Amino acid sequence: MTKELISILLTAILTQNFVLAKFLGICPFLGVSKKLNTAVGMSAAVIFVMALATAVTYPINKFLLVKLDLEYLQTIVFILVIAALVQLVEIILKKYMPALYNALGIYLPLITTNCAVLGVVILNVDSGYNFAQSMFNSVGAGLGFMLAMVMFAGVRERLDSCEVPKFMQGLPITLVAASLVSVSFLGFTGIVENIFG
Amino acid sequence: MAEKKSLGKELTKGIIAENPVLRLVLGTCPTLATTTSVESAIGMGLAASVVLICSNVVISALRKVIPDKVRIPAYIVIIASFVTIVQMVVKAFLPSLDEQLGVYLPLIVVNCIILGRAEAFASKNPVLASAVDGLGMGIGFTAALFLMGAVREVFGAGTFLGNSIPFLSENPMLIFILPPGGFFVFGVLMAAVNKLAESKGKKRAELRGCEACPMAQNCALNKKEVAES
Repeated sequence: MTKELISILLTAILTQNFVLAKFLGICPFLGVSKKLNTAVGMSAAVIFVMALATAVTYPINKFLLVKLDLEYLQTIVFILVIAALVQLVEIILKKYMPALYNALGIYLPLITTNCAVLGVVILNVDSGYNFAQSMFNSVGAGLGFMLAMVMFAGVRERLDSCEVPKFMQGLPITLVAASLVSVSFLGFTGIVENIFG
Repeated sequence: MAEKKSLGKELTKGIIAENPVLRLVLGTCPTLATTTSVESAIGMGLAASVVLICSNVVISALRKVIPDKVRIPAYIVIIASFVTIVQMVVKAFLPSLDEQLGVYLPLIVVNCIILGRAEAFASKNPVLASAVDGLGMGIGFTAALFLMGAVREVFGAGTFLGNSIPFLSENPMLIFILPPGGFFVFGVLMAAVNKLAESKGKKRAELRGCEACPMAQNCALNKKEVAES
């Protein structure tokens, strides 16, 4: 049981990395990764919201939608729950934990329309995970997002001091750099299966 | 006459001058994820276009009814309803496409192109113009996905729409259909488009980060960056 959970966690972080293998959350990956501290703040907020969204949507799906045969409403319900949840968390943080709000709160509105959060919730349902498996998958996806963001922020800081041919400057070279980071993650293919198989 | 001319302009701007993927750099997630083959690229493009046109029409028709403060949640509900309809239609009639697109089909809900057009165009313009704008943007999106899908399928699998190509099918470069290939092909495509745009005296497409995000004006990150700079 624990073995299985750890394998789900590692798969979500390394082999099936949300950003570099599944292409979810590319907008913040390219947009907010210019500086290391913003990258860390954004990913911490993503991990938090992913875990919370899974914890809330799992019972809603299981005890409401599946029970009443309303599975086709999943997309609408999930996105609304996530949007409401993010608003709620923002209000609570602002009122009771201003320090945390200053660190994470500013990223919250951005996360509502982040496809990684809705993506992880839908993937959990599609894979038929139980509650513990869903939570591990979500936290793993969030940690994987953080790993990719932090690595890429480092790459981009180095990139700034390089001389890039004019036609590749800006977005093209950023994408090619992302491609190389993604190649490095291909190296993890099969590693989880080999450890736990 | 003037009316007709401007409608034509709304249609063509989405295809070339303001192509959502290649010029505005929006909707990068599906662009990278669903272009491993021409078939899934076109499927994704069409599915998103249908949602875009329908949601543009409805949002434009309701633009005077929706209160300003709750407009984003209202738009999301409208978009999500159309995505659900498209999802059901695809599941019923094109099960193989549904399998290929997988999670990216419901994720059309959070595609920034659709929410972006709702916010930037449909909420301020009449129904017909919004429908034409949606059609143009949809064609532009599908064309960009087709381009990516064609390059990746031809080099990565050695086939085009499933028909094998003589030399390439014996020596497929698998990396093109793996995730890194997606980033690479998109990077090179952007470089080519920028070069073309520059030679015509237009600005190069830049990643606009928060500016391009439909949530930008509600987002404190934006204000913070402004305050810092």
